[in-house]
Amino acid sequence: MRRASFHPHPATRVVIGILVGSFVLLPLLATLEFTLRDGDAHSFVHWAAIFDPAKAATYKPIWVGLTNSVMLMLVTVAVVLLLLAPTMILVNLRFPRLRRSMEFVALLPISIPAIVLVVGLTPIYLVIGHTLGTGAWTLAFAYGITVLPFAYRSIQAAIDAVNLATLAEAARSLGASWPTVVWRVLAPNLRGGLLAASLIAVAVVLGEYTIASLLNRQNLQTALVLVNRQDAYVSVIFSLLALLLCFLLLLIIGRTGNLGAARGKER
Amino acid sequence: MASIAPERVATTVVLQGVVKNFGHTQVLHGLNLTIRPGEFVSLLGPSGCGKTTALRLIAGLEEPSGGAILMNGEDVTGVPTNRRDIGMVFQSYSLFPHLTAIDNTRFGLDMRKVPRGRARTMAAESLELVGLAALADRYPHQLSGGQQQRVALARALVTSPKVLLLDEPLSALDARVRVQLREEILRIQKELGMTTVFVTHDQEEALAISDRVAVMQGGRIEQIGTPEELYLTPATADVAAFVGLSSLLLATVTGGVARIWGRAVPVIGAAPDGEYRAFVRPEHLRVARAGESGMRGTVEASIFLGSSRRTELRLASGELVAMQHDVSLRPERGDEWLLVVEPAPVVVRPLA
Repeated sequence: MRRASFHPHPATRVVIGILVGSFVLLPLLATLEFTLRDGDAHSFVHWAAIFDPAKAATYKPIWVGLTNSVMLMLVTVAVVLLLLAPTMILVNLRFPRLRRSMEFVALLPISIPAIVLVVGLTPIYLVIGHTLGTGAWTLAFAYGITVLPFAYRSIQAAIDAVNLATLAEAARSLGASWPTVVWRVLAPNLRGGLLAASLIAVAVVLGEYTIASLLNRQNLQTALVLVNRQDAYVSVIFSLLALLLCFLLLLIIGRTGNLGAARGKER
Repeated sequence: MASIAPERVATTVVLQGVVKNFGHTQVLHGLNLTIRPGEFVSLLGPSGCGKTTALRLIAGLEEPSGGAILMNGEDVTGVPTNRRDIGMVFQSYSLFPHLTAIDNTRFGLDMRKVPRGRARTMAAESLELVGLAALADRYPHQLSGGQQQRVALARALVTSPKVLLLDEPLSALDARVRVQLREEILRIQKELGMTTVFVTHDQEEALAISDRVAVMQGGRIEQIGTPEELYLTPATADVAAFVGLSSLLLATVTGGVARIWGRAVPVIGAAPDGEYRAFVRPEHLRVARAGESGMRGTVEASIFLGSSRRTELRLASGELVAMQHDVSLRPERGDEWLLVVEPAPVVVRPLA
């Protein structure tokens, strides 16, 4: 039996690899090259300038934005892990009939453009501003919604891979309370999915601009746009770093996904 | 094994008029059942008869819609599963994939706050009891199906639960492992004297290991009794049909006695005079001796069972009957035999 017809020729694979690779790498390299420009030569002068006390005032928005984004990352991940994941476990164990509706609601945000989302969120954020204040961290509620489709899919895939009901019932029969069941039995077996959901949440939050900008909150992306007007180099350096961090996170997700698949095959 | 053997008195489990509805469907219709201390009771029946539901109600994994469940006289109907002190082995593999065999076994002890060192010793002893001490550090995916169910059994036993609940634990295993493991379950159960409820749809399995078997049908217990009672004196036609093999022979009942092929055979239970089908066991049919009258049948097939042989014969009326006989008799396909019914009591069912 010849199965080769389904597999591209090795040379074709290499060509595709190079084309896709250059599509991703060229802009990154160009960006890197830009940050190294120093007149006609190249140097790390712009990279060093980030820590120059004389320019601290100019770059301050970036540090504020970065701090806000890190905080937003943490709150959004907390929303995913402490609100979404337990809800999904509950729905799968106790209310399996709600699974369809939950999936629909969770995947909905992917079809709503950010700008439309903001129009809906504005009056809600007026109320949030009055009750919880106008701190940047409150953006995490909106981000919790934008990451919902991605986080939902990765957690659901992990849930589908294990026999959640039997594991929970076995733990219950051995004397475990519900919080213990979730913490000691279910969470370790959903680890891959929870990790992927968290990392995707981090990637989405790091790259978000529209909602923050239109709701007048400052995050890394809005800060980069602001600083770009005065110093394009530093803004590009931070964009590059944020992008690399996202790539790294996606790589980690891919690795853990592969590990999960390998373990599944062994079984 | 001292730490696993329960020092407590074995538990009595009572189901009092237990009703269970799923939506508008009633799956258990007022189930009454008393399981004596240390007894091994099987719930036997076809799928959908409510046997697993009954077990899950005892475990507390489902809430009854009516009635009460008592353990040692104490009403546990509203007590959540984790406080019922039960041990359960499930049909599907239920070991925690992220824990090794010994850590799985230890889980119930950790929940009961048993000190670490002692918990480890007890878990190791429990694994030894099921013959898996050597594989204590393996993960579930490194164990075969049979080994996984053994670990699940060790995990359920280690806490010396009040009741051991087994939900078709052997059904996913291959035939040889199944027989081996069921004998081991029986040995361990007798050794520990633990009250045990075993759910199965396999009558051979139920008859082989139970002190008593409750045959269930349509959410009710049709009959509960020792395996011998069920086999020899089935209370209803459903029980006779489900437990053991029978041939359905035409019978005319008059005054509580059935006439089958011209022979008088006592009838179990009350049956008004009339035409019936009688359930006749294979060992209650034999080849006629010289001078005896009987029914003529043609051999269709014969299987060797080791100590005996089971032969299927087609009667002139077209019915197929099964008889069990000595291996010295070697039927050939097409042989004509004259068959006689032994006067062992039979259950009868009205002609449909």
